Amino acid sequence: MSAAVTLIFAECVAAGMERVRTEHEFPMATTPTAITEVEIHPDVALVERAKAGDVSAFETLVKQYDRQIFRVAQHITQNREDAEDITQDAFLKAYQKLDQFQGNSKFSTWLVRIAVNESLMRLRKRKTSKTVSMDEDVHTEEGSIPRDFADWSPNPEQLYNQGELGDILRKTINGLPPGFRTVFTLRDIENLSTEETAEALGLSVPAVKSRLLRARLQLRERLSRYFRQKKESTA
Amino acid sequence: MTCTDFLSKMTDYFDGQVQPEFIEEVRAHLCECSHCEVVVNTTRQTIEIYKDHEIYELSTETRDRMHKAIMAKCAECR
Repeated sequence: MSAAVTLIFAECVAAGMERVRTEHEFPMATTPTAITEVEIHPDVALVERAKAGDVSAFETLVKQYDRQIFRVAQHITQNREDAEDITQDAFLKAYQKLDQFQGNSKFSTWLVRIAVNESLMRLRKRKTSKTVSMDEDVHTEEGSIPRDFADWSPNPEQLYNQGELGDILRKTINGLPPGFRTVFTLRDIENLSTEETAEALGLSVPAVKSRLLRARLQLRERLSRYFRQKKESTA
Repeated sequence: MTCTDFLSKMTDYFDGQVQPEFIEEVRAHLCECSHCEVVVNTTRQTIEIYKDHEIYELSTETRDRMHKAIMAKCAECR
């Protein structure tokens, strides 16, 4: 980044501006005065303050993302204590490596990537053959071809109480291969974009789309069996 | 459009990224294929039900404990 652009950027961050106009870093020869709109995420200012030693700014980021990081770790490890440890380790690692965060991606995506790596490392440490790889079982087509064509009516929330439904949702998503479960978690539960999910997991965009489709179809198929059973037993 | 063709585009369909030239084909297929219509509706419900239910909740006490532990570790490494 040029000194001028860095200066404009720093001034805008200091002023708390969320949307600024800045000169294009490498203006094309034919349009030397080209102006590009750049959106600055509010987290950027917090990260800059934390880098400068403001611990309260980092604490704000912790409060903002702790639940998300915990959920991601819990979905991958399926263990509450591990998820709590991973949440702490991920934030500590992020704090130690703040200088390496260049702002090319969202802070939250960078943090999720750290948490995913920590979670996978934790699984490897368990030394079990189960769920140590994001690529495990992703080539299976089981459940990816729809077989159940019954509508869910009335709504599942009307058929089950909160506790029962929670158990079904946990049991069902835990049955997915880790490579599918993690993509579904980031994309559909945590609302990361396809591109952000790809970046956080080190996958290509087509790979994320393929896994997401199969994850959604497998979950639908498995939930459908529950809801159909419930409907039939209450009929 | 066959059901297999539709399924291959379903992720893009949910994300509003189906190429314009295929949108009418997708809509026409959904109008005439009750199976794919059910698959779309129940898949959408699947996504919504997971979005709406926090299946791994963190209590206030646990969050407070984690915050303190995180900030204490950060203070140690300064």
